Amino acid sequence: MPDIKNYTLNFGPQHPAAHGVLRLVLEMDGEVIERADPHIGLLHRGTEKLAETKPYNQTIGYMDRLDYVSMMCNEHGYVLAIEKLLGVEIPERAQYIRVMFDEITRILNHLMWIGTHALDVGAMTMFLYAFREREDLMDMYEAVSGARMHAAYYRPGGVARDLPETMPQYLESRWRSKKEADRLNQNRQGSLLDFAEDFVRRFPGYVDEYETLLTDNRIWKQRTVDIGVVSPERAYQLGFTGPMLRGSGVEWDIRKKQPYEVYDRVDFDIPVGTNGDCYDRYLVRIEEMRQSNHIIKQCIDWLRGNPGLVLTDNHKVAPPRREEIKADMEGLIHHFKLFTEGYTLPPGEVYTAIEHPKGEFGVYLISDGANKPYRVKVRAPGFAHLSSMNEMAQGHMLADVVAIIGTQDIVFGEIDR
Amino acid sequence: MLAKINLYLKSFLFLELLKGLSVTGRYFFRRKFTIQYPEQKTPISPRFRGLHALRRYANGEERCIACKLCEAVCPALAITIESEQREDGSRRTTRYDIDLFKCIYCGFCEEACPVDSIVETNVFEYHFENRGENIMTKEKLLEIGDRYEAQLAADKAADAPYR
Repeated sequence: MPDIKNYTLNFGPQHPAAHGVLRLVLEMDGEVIERADPHIGLLHRGTEKLAETKPYNQTIGYMDRLDYVSMMCNEHGYVLAIEKLLGVEIPERAQYIRVMFDEITRILNHLMWIGTHALDVGAMTMFLYAFREREDLMDMYEAVSGARMHAAYYRPGGVARDLPETMPQYLESRWRSKKEADRLNQNRQGSLLDFAEDFVRRFPGYVDEYETLLTDNRIWKQRTVDIGVVSPERAYQLGFTGPMLRGSGVEWDIRKKQPYEVYDRVDFDIPVGTNGDCYDRYLVRIEEMRQSNHIIKQCIDWLRGNPGLVLTDNHKVAPPRREEIKADMEGLIHHFKLFTEGYTLPPGEVYTAIEHPKGEFGVYLISDGANKPYRVKVRAPGFAHLSSMNEMAQGHMLADVVAIIGTQDIVFGEIDR
Repeated sequence: MLAKINLYLKSFLFLELLKGLSVTGRYFFRRKFTIQYPEQKTPISPRFRGLHALRRYANGEERCIACKLCEAVCPALAITIESEQREDGSRRTTRYDIDLFKCIYCGFCEEACPVDSIVETNVFEYHFENRGENIMTKEKLLEIGDRYEAQLAADKAADAPYR
């Protein structure tokens, strides 16, 4: 028998299945992984350090760019930290809006995940279907914030603006007849809430379609069942959170265990897996999409009946309304003060965590009493998940590494920060 | 026993794969939802944050009073303003530059502006052909503002109840 030596394979950072800029140095024995060594840092932008140089509000826009497929959840973790240290009350309507958009974000993230995960494993159609639904959710993002992705919508003290009463419409043009435009505009006749409700009504059917395509599919099962198994104990030790932990059978969800905003007032279940393999984590995420859909529905019902403030009227933290700054001297002073200096936080430190689509997204913030943070540390769920790459990939084939990267739902914006 | 036969039949007949194919098959014959960009456009919200513009009042006077709030609030430090007193005694900018390579389109400048001068239009299709064109000077910004004034005024009016 000839002597075959291990060889080292460089995977990424430009590989399409590397989800961004992951570089894996794989030590292989034939086609079997002996050691997987993830190299990170290729998307490092110094967000945490950048935050130390700016007034608090100005970092919100950079939080969007951490995990760039679940934008508003990142903002949520950050503004929650500021609110906790500041001790500011936020209006109930703003809390419901935040919960609604957190769940919209969760669906956005999971759709992105299922699209790319299935694409990596070989199911092209999933990718197209997932992006079709994402388009509607992006339209909701754009309608409230003005940006399809980097929303900068959550503010300490609430959200930037109330939900719009009208949805933007498809316009008639040389290439699109009046009839065609009317057909496209059918679900855009009412407010954003009507549009969201229409989506909520349709979405479970779409999830059924995804499940028809994947859940029983023998190719999908061959690629995911018993791949990357993590035991519940090990998942704890590795610092897993979110669907990665629940896939292993641990019932842990910050929305339930340490409710923030109004999660204690909405009804939803935590799905858990049993085997802790890629397939279970897939099932968990699919069910999470259904649960998120259910939460959105409840938020819509509440928001319909309860108009009111969406941003605190404490003008030391949040700017006054436009008419107030034009007519009222004090309003104008507050406006100028907030947009030049911002506000100061009492000295102290705070850690807040939210149930981000990928796991526990935490923000640790130290204030020295200035209008800028002394230190911001972001606890990104993906970082803990990626560091288990070696353990999860060991003994599997090269092609399974792709499935494991997919199931970890890795986004480099948050890992490298 | 029955379950075993059932399972055998199911896998032998490719039932789950055929079910999947029926889903994709149905979509094959359904109306397409592709938007043929650039001919067709998607809807754009009045809150959309695209290319910047400086607006004027109806009498042609520029709105900007060089209060420099936008410069102060810009997280990316993309805005540079210099100001001087004009002959008639009013305070105006002599330089108003936005570096579009630095800008992160957060919309804070628009929110900060007390006179609704700096705004973000719904223009998202633009390009540069030469070095330095990424710097939007005051002249360029005012020109964009003049060109899209009708749209801008409509967008601001539509969003006014929420701001």
